[in-house]
Amino acid sequence: MLDQSFYQKADEIIAFYGKKPASLIPIMQDIQGVYRYLPEELLTYVAEQIGVTEAKAFSVATFYENFSFDAKGKYVIKVCDGTACHVRKSIPVLEELYKKLGLSKTKKTTDDMMFTVETVSCLGACGLAPTMMVNEEVYPRMTPEKADELIDKLRGGEQG
Amino acid sequence: MIHLTIDGIPVEVEKGTTILQAARQIGVEIPTLCYLEDVLPDGSCRLCVVEVTNNGRTKFDTACTLRCSEGDEVQTMSEKVVAYRKDTLDLLLSDHRVHCFSCEANGDCKLQDYCFEYGVTETSYPGEMKDMPIDDTNKFFTYDPSLCILCHRCVNTCKEIVGRGAIDTMDRGFQSVIGAHYKHKWNEGICESCGNCVQACPTGALTMKRRKKYRPYQIDKKILTTCPHCATGCQYYLLVKDGKIVDTEAVNGPSNKGLLCVKGRSGCFDFVQSPERIKYPLIKNKETGEFERATWDEALDLVASKFMEIKKQYGSDSLAGFACSRSPNEDIYMVQKMVRCCFGTNNTDNCARVCHSASVAGLAMTLGSGAMTNPIEDITKNADLIMLVGSNPEEAHPVVGMQIRQAVKRGCKLIVVDPRDIGLAKKADIHLKLKPGTNVAFANGIMNVILSEGLQDDKFIAERTEGFEELKEIVKDYIPEKVAEICHIDADDLRKAAIMYAKADRAPIIYCLGVTEHSTGTEGVMSMSNMAMMVGKLGREGCGVNPLRGQNNVQGACDMGAQPNVYPGYQKVTDPAVREKFEKAWGVKLDPNIGTHATDVFPKAITGEIKGLYIYGEDPVVTDPDTTHIIKALKSLDFFVLQELFMTETAQYADVILPGVSYAEKEGTFTNTERRVQRVRKAVTVPGEMRLDTDIIIDLMNRMGYPQPHLTSAQIMDEIASLTPSFAGISHERLDSEEVHGQGLQWPCTSKDHPGTPIMHVGKFSRGLGWFYPAKYVPSAELPDEEYPIILMTGRILYHYTTRAMTGKTPELMEIEGKSFIEMNIVDADKLGIKNGDKVRVSSRRGSIESTARVGTKTSPGESWMPFHFPDGNANWLTNAALDKYARIPEYKVCAIKIEKA
Repeated sequence: MLDQSFYQKADEIIAFYGKKPASLIPIMQDIQGVYRYLPEELLTYVAEQIGVTEAKAFSVATFYENFSFDAKGKYVIKVCDGTACHVRKSIPVLEELYKKLGLSKTKKTTDDMMFTVETVSCLGACGLAPTMMVNEEVYPRMTPEKADELIDKLRGGEQG
Repeated sequence: MIHLTIDGIPVEVEKGTTILQAARQIGVEIPTLCYLEDVLPDGSCRLCVVEVTNNGRTKFDTACTLRCSEGDEVQTMSEKVVAYRKDTLDLLLSDHRVHCFSCEANGDCKLQDYCFEYGVTETSYPGEMKDMPIDDTNKFFTYDPSLCILCHRCVNTCKEIVGRGAIDTMDRGFQSVIGAHYKHKWNEGICESCGNCVQACPTGALTMKRRKKYRPYQIDKKILTTCPHCATGCQYYLLVKDGKIVDTEAVNGPSNKGLLCVKGRSGCFDFVQSPERIKYPLIKNKETGEFERATWDEALDLVASKFMEIKKQYGSDSLAGFACSRSPNEDIYMVQKMVRCCFGTNNTDNCARVCHSASVAGLAMTLGSGAMTNPIEDITKNADLIMLVGSNPEEAHPVVGMQIRQAVKRGCKLIVVDPRDIGLAKKADIHLKLKPGTNVAFANGIMNVILSEGLQDDKFIAERTEGFEELKEIVKDYIPEKVAEICHIDADDLRKAAIMYAKADRAPIIYCLGVTEHSTGTEGVMSMSNMAMMVGKLGREGCGVNPLRGQNNVQGACDMGAQPNVYPGYQKVTDPAVREKFEKAWGVKLDPNIGTHATDVFPKAITGEIKGLYIYGEDPVVTDPDTTHIIKALKSLDFFVLQELFMTETAQYADVILPGVSYAEKEGTFTNTERRVQRVRKAVTVPGEMRLDTDIIIDLMNRMGYPQPHLTSAQIMDEIASLTPSFAGISHERLDSEEVHGQGLQWPCTSKDHPGTPIMHVGKFSRGLGWFYPAKYVPSAELPDEEYPIILMTGRILYHYTTRAMTGKTPELMEIEGKSFIEMNIVDADKLGIKNGDKVRVSSRRGSIESTARVGTKTSPGESWMPFHFPDGNANWLTNAALDKYARIPEYKVCAIKIEKA
């Protein structure tokens, strides 16, 4: 069971966009914006409130890579593996992150809920390849070493 | 109009027609996998691709999505088109698990058929295959992703046609899969197991579990018949293999439009072949109280002699006989004939007495005919607004419910008047969640607003009705604020509803037992016709007053004269001319007095006025109010005979049980809720000594001294037609003819060339002038008090039909819903310390049972609801046998109870 506060938050967001089927995607985006993921019970609730079936809501949510039903870390790292980044060696960056954080293709979030590592197909910054994003910030011309340092820095910031 | 050629054939079509539709018009077949008629094309399977040349340019496009343009030259089978389709099939096979030998769909698979036709034997793109688990959590069918071609026919059927939207595509690309949820299984969603998606599936991805037991080519015959459950009258085939029914297949009938519900598709033949069927006549040994096997001669002799003995000793009126509303018209006709000619009384009735007798009486009084005025298709396809009162069609008439959901999806407005948050209430524009038993006040309130807003149809009132001034005087007092207080609704919602209803051009009232099953049921019904007459919404398309009848043939049971006051076709027993006609035809003197209503037979049994009772296929111990009282009545009888399929609760009290046969073992006709007479056909013979029900009756008649020749079902219908003006044009021969082409005939059908009457009261009411009945609100007979503070309503659920004698024989239905429950409001539950799922004791002044609480807000505080299907806690131990003064219908919908934690 989700805490009641989740439903109150959802009600606020629903009120903002209106109780109509067309509000589904912006509502899901805002909920994910708040919680960094889409709690599935909350999506069921939203669906009922705005008059779409549960099946439709989950169909939309699973279609878009951006929506996640799993709680994500505080820092969501998106490693670009588009064509340009791939040929400029994005995979070693990804592997370094996996190694350093103990993550893999299937385990994407650290147990301390600090980091989530994902790949994306293109960040639209091919001139800066290989590229990576941490939450809203873009990190250009990455190397495994730079990735390593970045993690330390983010962790250090957290401790300090 | 647009002109084009398809394979060189010139075609003229309306603007907006697709190439596929144009091709079908001229009989050119284009292959499709995803295409669903009447639904926006999906365009996903790419198989209907055609080559279109226009203005010197050639393109390939899907025929299902491409609209015709002037001058199009379409090639449907050019070399390139064929190559394109081959490649499409090849790609579809690349991740389709090809195991046709063991696939249930083998021989009934469109993918297989097209691969065969286009010569695609295996994929030339071998690669990764979908490896996802089969979902077999639904009780009736399985979904296998490795056979799914993602054509979305199932999704679109569920969403657009069934109107449920239980399933959709989860994930995307290669991982795409059909489901109810990304993680949960099929059975955890809102699927109603109707199986319409399975019938729509072109491959073996969705298959009924029972398909494991047969191959399509092993089917010996397919018998077209009518569903034996509710009165929608759905048409389907029974599939017979080795003399046994193994499956059903929906047919595009006039009322079901190719759809079936879970009971129709999956609960309509297990009972026919159930080992629990009574196989030979039984006579109760008076000393041991046990039933003993008897020969037909012994049983029939005993029944005939006993009834004649009672008649001789106590007179004809000490006997009564009830007909079965689940049985064909021909059977019912013979039962009432036996009661009238052999018993010599009008003490005959059918179970409409306890469901829609108020409709029959009420609408006959105000309009002149007690039946649905308009067809199902008309009130769901042509309506601008539907006013749904006391009806939960999604569960009680599911295929009508599906068509209402379609209507709402199309933009039809919906007003729901119901004490519970039924499924359709969520889709309604206005839900008036009124207090049970306040329908008359609600209707008077609606009319008060119509009059104060000046929205009445003065011309209609002046030309076609009488009694308006008197009604006007009464409704004057029912101002919205007063009605809001009586009904516990919002006065503004009532105003809005009245204005919406009055202003809508086409607006049918659809109602059901929430209106009739009250001690003021007949007045409730007449209030419905008052509303419709006031705004002139009768006698035309998309309008009318429409009671959704209960059983498959309860309309027919009333039509056939299994009622104490009328012969077949509602011809009054008190009319000397009518009586003379029947006396002449039947060759006996007939009783000129109105007989005893079924609900009065039981009290009269206790007082000793009724001594002998013949019941054909009813189970009053389960279905009638105040079970204790019913049992006492049955025990008081001198002689009680039951003609039945199963050892029901009522059967325990019989002296003789005569085993008849089910709908699948005989010929006949059922009349559905829209007065449509449709055929019932014999599919199988079940082993045993059971006999055709009409033969049982006829043998008894002869033994009781009435010379009744043995007739076939078709001959009996001819006799009915000869005596019943509204059935004069109906015969089995005509129903089976090309002329009728499976559409049935809607009475009145007054001659062999009469096409039947879809809409009644056009231009003139059957009664002449429509009558406004001046109804005042009277509270229910038993209101909550300190000792019994909660109102109990009763009703049915989707998965069972009334006594469950038939649906209970399908184990899967029992697994989905098999136990008694009571819906109660969370406020009451909190006060009583009851939680959802708790065992509770429910008591009224008449009895006490145990049930399980379902706590929520579906019912309002102070109100509760129970189904009466389940013997482990049957609501009828509690219900009140307070009877309506006109129709003698009991008040199932309101009695006072208390609930305690068990």
